[in-house]
Amino acid sequence: MTETFTPPTRFAVPGRIAVSKRAAAVWQTATITEIHRETPHAATFRLAVPAWAGHLPGQHLMLRLTAEDGYVAQRHYSIASAPDDAGHIELTLDHVEGGEVSGWFHTVAKPGDTVEVRGPLSGFFAWPGDRPALLVGAGSGVVPLMSMVRHHKARGLDVPLRLLVSARSPEELIYAREYGAETTPVFTRSAPEGVRVGRMAAAHVAPLLAEQPPGGWEAYVCGSNGFAEHASRLLVAAGQPVHRIRIERFG
Amino acid sequence: MNVTRGFTGRPRVPNAALPPGQYDAGDDWPVLSAEVTPELTPADWSFRVDGLVEEPRSWSWEQAHELPASAYEGDIHCVTSWSKFGVRFGGVALDAFLDVVRLHVSATHAVAYSHTGYTTNLPLADLTGGRAWIAWEFDGEPLAPEHGGPARLLVPHLYFWKSAKWIAGLRILDHDEPGFWEQNGYHARGNPWEEQRYSGD
Ligand SMILES: Cc1cc2nc3c(=O)[nH]c(=O)nc-3n(C[C@H](O)[C@H](O)[C@H](O)COP(=O)(O)OP(=O)(O)OC[C@H]3O[C@@H](n4cnc5c(N)ncnc54)[C@H](O)[C@@H]3O)c2cc1C
Repeated sequence: MTETFTPPTRFAVPGRIAVSKRAAAVWQTATITEIHRETPHAATFRLAVPAWAGHLPGQHLMLRLTAEDGYVAQRHYSIASAPDDAGHIELTLDHVEGGEVSGWFHTVAKPGDTVEVRGPLSGFFAWPGDRPALLVGAGSGVVPLMSMVRHHKARGLDVPLRLLVSARSPEELIYAREYGAETTPVFTRSAPEGVRVGRMAAAHVAPLLAEQPPGGWEAYVCGSNGFAEHASRLLVAAGQPVHRIRIERFG
Repeated sequence: MNVTRGFTGRPRVPNAALPPGQYDAGDDWPVLSAEVTPELTPADWSFRVDGLVEEPRSWSWEQAHELPASAYEGDIHCVTSWSKFGVRFGGVALDAFLDVVRLHVSATHAVAYSHTGYTTNLPLADLTGGRAWIAWEFDGEPLAPEHGGPARLLVPHLYFWKSAKWIAGLRILDHDEPGFWEQNGYHARGNPWEEQRYSGD
């Protein structure tokens, strides 16, 4: 009487890729090779991970720091770099006030330091570059989305891709120099001359849903929980089907 | 041990109630779900148990509330490494529902599924014997939508991804079948005390 169960609902349950169980289980040593500042609060850390199994844009990893007395702190970080960067990955960390792990990265870490990582983890938020993607992020939530944008550019993919990214101000917009025509920035506190200041709203989402590619968008929403709730509601209200919205919440 | 240069961590007091690799989130209750929070009212909510049972059945919100009330007071642990101490949930023990449908002798596992389509698998041993609830209250208040309201599964001795939000039903099976996160690389059981985070742990 063996059966396979499928729930009677619409949520996009299947993961996009098979996750390597071995890669997800093994801690590897990663060496910081470069650090570069993105904004006053965010910096990118380039890591050499010689045995990295490869990832898909959108995936994250688990990172751990160990103190002399054996105390460990583990946190999740999305991968910022595109997959075609053999033996290297990049992470972009926001400096969280009083943060244990991001605090170490921003005040202690230098090239040559080692940390431990395991992953990549989770296939759900991954985007292999196969379907039209509508990316919506805020703050450091743009990190996994940037991996998608970079992948799209590096491979010269022609599948439609759009990024709607929210930041407090132009100075706080992570990866500002890398965006092209695919990106619409939204500024919540201060904006360049002639650009409106305000929260992401229906008016930002509507034009993107109006230019639906054949088959529709697969939406990827990433940021704090407050932002994820707000942005996913905007998408649903604008007509994006709930089962074609994937959300990554940073907590 | 791979010591990180210059990393001391926060000053800390040893806490035997904290499973390995977890930290105390204090008053925070982070939200982690992969889907859009559904707009689900008590009137839309129902809970069904079927599969390998003698009498499959569904309960409406009112019918579920007629079962004997039961509360959980204790700790919860999320795989993303926060734990929350001394929380209070109110609802009904899952045993009360399972007693009505009567499990078939061949039943060993369940897939819990939510109104959004999220799934997670559990051995029946983790769902019976007063270890699991259908919860609709948190701290004496109705459970908030983003935390799974109107009602969620509560299996506090396992990582919290097992406690499916917006619970819609249990399908009882004679085998283990990975659910949403389990298909995405997470551990089949998820015991925080054994740090069963990812498959292979
Ligand atoms: C899937 C996923 C992907 C993520 N990707 C990214 C990413 O790409 N980039 C990024 O920047 N972040 C990302 N995050 C968030 C990241 O995991 C961390 O939560 C973040 O870096 C903060 O960690 P921290 O150790 O610096 O801060 P924490 O030490 O965890 O502190 C966070 C806050 O809680 C308070 N706090 C917590 N514990 C205590 C305590 N014991 N005592 C006192 N205060 C405390 C701190 O003061 C601070 O305000 C991601 C999260 C998830 C779930």
